[in-house]
Amino acid sequence: MDDKSFKIASQFIEALPHSRALGMRLTALEPGAAEIAMPYDVSLIGDPETGVIHGGAVSALMDTCGGAAVMSHPEASHGTATIDLRIDYMRAATPGQTVTARAECYHVTRTVAFVRAWAMDDDRDNPVAAATGAFTVERA
Amino acid sequence: MARRPRPEPVQVVKQRRDAALKALVDGVPYIRFLGITFERHGDELTALLAYDDKLIGNPMLPALHGGAIAAFLEVAAIIELSWSYLWEDIESGRIDPTTIDPQHLPRLPKTIDFTVDYLRSGLPRDAYARARVNRSGRRYASVHVEAWQDNRSRLFAQATGHFLMPARTEPTP
Repeated sequence: MDDKSFKIASQFIEALPHSRALGMRLTALEPGAAEIAMPYDVSLIGDPETGVIHGGAVSALMDTCGGAAVMSHPEASHGTATIDLRIDYMRAATPGQTVTARAECYHVTRTVAFVRAWAMDDDRDNPVAAATGAFTVERA
Repeated sequence: MARRPRPEPVQVVKQRRDAALKALVDGVPYIRFLGITFERHGDELTALLAYDDKLIGNPMLPALHGGAIAAFLEVAAIIELSWSYLWEDIESGRIDPTTIDPQHLPRLPKTIDFTVDYLRSGLPRDAYARARVNRSGRRYASVHVEAWQDNRSRLFAQATGHFLMPARTEPTP
């Protein structure tokens, strides 16, 4: 994707108050796929004993990234809303590390986009979580 | 005829239960970050997500962010589950809630998976959630949670999650 679309999408994501509150930024964009990074922060901690971030923060990242993947799809760029999202938590994210999500639309119909996503920390071969979701497709 | 022991004064019971709930909730930074609090009536908990601008996803509508909603539901489910298995220990006096602090929190259940259904968009106002433990075994638990805003029967989101229960430490004799 060209620089201009990347810049527009970046600005869009950073304008979402909740995504901004979690420090999310777009790191890659292709038609129908997106990558978003969320830096570690103490306010995201879910287990004070270990410093591991809360699953809910990973859910928020997955949801944002899924929505960005749908909006980057050439057939669905007018907006989207999540219909459902399932997250599998495979392991705890390592405290101190940025969590990056990658989402891809694996099928898009006239009305629905089906999305898969993964979340990784520095150990990129060992995902922290996986997600599947259905998103609405809004057309002009 | 054996006489029933005299019930404890109401303030003592309430103070013990509220202290246990506070210990469970206050130690978690992310719960504080989202602004979630819990109301307790007997053993029934209601989670409250106080409206804040940082919870907004789409500023054009405006609507609550799907991620904030998912996190709210997951927090409500985990606290309900922890509360339900701590309840017995608290009531019997096996756990003294005054000894619980952020460094000595009871081990929390771990989320295995969590599925959220978005039923309608979240309006920019307070939201409430109540969770129900449908099954709680020795190792796994299944929890359902429902969220609403103005009208209890008009849910705006619901979720089901599976959780791995913490290893139970036997009470020391």
